[in-house]
Amino acid sequence: MYAFNYHRPSSIAEAVKLLKASSDGRCLAGGMSLIPTMKHRLASAADLIDLNGIRELAFIRREGDALVIGALARHVEIADSADVKKSIPALAALAASVGDPQVRNRGTFCGSLCFADPAADCPAGLVGLNGTVITDKRRIAADKFFNGLYETTLEKGEIVTGVSFPIPEKAGWAKFANLASRFAIAAVMVAKTGGGVRVAVTGAKASVFRVPEMEAALAKNFSAAALDGIKISPDGMNNDLHGDPDYRAHLVSVMAKRAVQAATA
Amino acid sequence: MANAKISLTINGRAVSAEVDTRTLLVHFIREHVKLTGTHVGCDTTQCGACTVHVNGTRIKSCTMFACQLEGAQVTTIEGLAKGKQLHPMQEAFREHHGLQCGYCTPGMVMSAIGIAERYKGKALTEDIVRHELEGNLCRCTGYHNIVRAVIAGAKAMSAG
Ligand SMILES: Cc1cc2nc3c(=O)[nH]c(=O)nc-3n(C[C@@H](O)[C@@H](O)[C@H](O)COP(=O)(O)OP(=O)(O)OC[C@H]3O[C@@H](n4cnc5c(N)ncnc54)[C@H](O)[C@@H]3O)c2cc1C
Ligand code: FES
Ligand code: FES
Repeated sequence: MYAFNYHRPSSIAEAVKLLKASSDGRCLAGGMSLIPTMKHRLASAADLIDLNGIRELAFIRREGDALVIGALARHVEIADSADVKKSIPALAALAASVGDPQVRNRGTFCGSLCFADPAADCPAGLVGLNGTVITDKRRIAADKFFNGLYETTLEKGEIVTGVSFPIPEKAGWAKFANLASRFAIAAVMVAKTGGGVRVAVTGAKASVFRVPEMEAALAKNFSAAALDGIKISPDGMNNDLHGDPDYRAHLVSVMAKRAVQAATA
Repeated sequence: MANAKISLTINGRAVSAEVDTRTLLVHFIREHVKLTGTHVGCDTTQCGACTVHVNGTRIKSCTMFACQLEGAQVTTIEGLAKGKQLHPMQEAFREHHGLQCGYCTPGMVMSAIGIAERYKGKALTEDIVRHELEGNLCRCTGYHNIVRAVIAGAKAMSAG
């Protein structure tokens, strides 16, 4: 691992200042993606800004007709939260499906978004549920947040403080996990909201994507049967030892149906 | 190289040290504090052999920096027994033959206690235990006896 200076701010303002002052600063949240990557020297930082001491980032709460999750909300807290289970049970199900218990005890939803792993679950949660990423300087719509493999539209030194989700009428989560790593080979978040239906897929391509044909079919008839006959193209799908593009394309259809079933159960 | 000074409590004992910021908690525990019961079985945060409790929560000590732990309470496998008397979960692993080579066992026992605490007052089923042990790999036992040990150990903990 490359050497770094360690900082532990206790407020967002202090963290922003530390990041600005560093030539190469990085945030550390749960560390479940960053630390393994640093161990392999695939990531480094001159200054590591540990967010874990910032109390104002550790929350999950209802704000009017939105559910807001702070940057330090860990998967286990989201999975267990009565507010989440009541307002968006599919989000609790997603959080419960991430990694393993020790990973869920540390890892955060927002850290997963910032890392933008192609096989991570949270990106599908953000895009499927049409969440908004809140940073120290602006709000970023779900569809504008990811920028391909491991890339987001966050600027250098920008800190994510939380995510806000509108409460959907119905939503469902279905994941087909790689049993060794627990990451998604393909997973789907489906949501029916006042603004329409959204279908977001992760694990299958370089980055999370929506499936407009499925969204249109579900807008007319929100049932798994509505997806019968919709063929997903294998073009651009990941090809690795866990599955080839044809397999993944098929899996996306199966997971999408299961997600709709979960939403309507 | 950058250093950081830390003071924390490990198994009830106060420990202060100056460490390279890169020092992982597991290496701090093994090499600085010389408690070698906590194991390292992978470099991908998958095996769970390094599981310890930090402020009452089970975590993988290979994936936290020691410098993050200022003021923390850490419990390792060495902190469980009272003298010669094993912790009920250790006793259950012994009784149910929940180990073979023993490499995964310290992490398994720390996870098992985490499970017992999380499900305190609720019935612990085989399904729950298998799901909750997903972060701990064992290459010997096939898990069957580990699952039995966890259920028995949890029962003994709630009785004691
Ligand atoms: C064994 C294992 C299994 C896993 N399985 C899954 C799985 O099934 N599904 C899944 O989705 N993920 C999985 N993960 C990945 C897991 O690391 C993420 O889910 C985790 O939530 C990442 O969040 P973190 O808080 O740990 O981020 P960190 O590792 O702390 O940070 C990740 C990146 O985001 C940046 N960052 C973090 N927080 C902020 C912030 N607030 N503002 C700006 N930048 C920030 C960091 O600088 C870093 O670049 C797994 C990981 C492991 C080790
Ligand atoms: S050493 Fe394998 S998870 Fe920590
Ligand atoms: S007993 Fe050998 S790895 Fe579990």
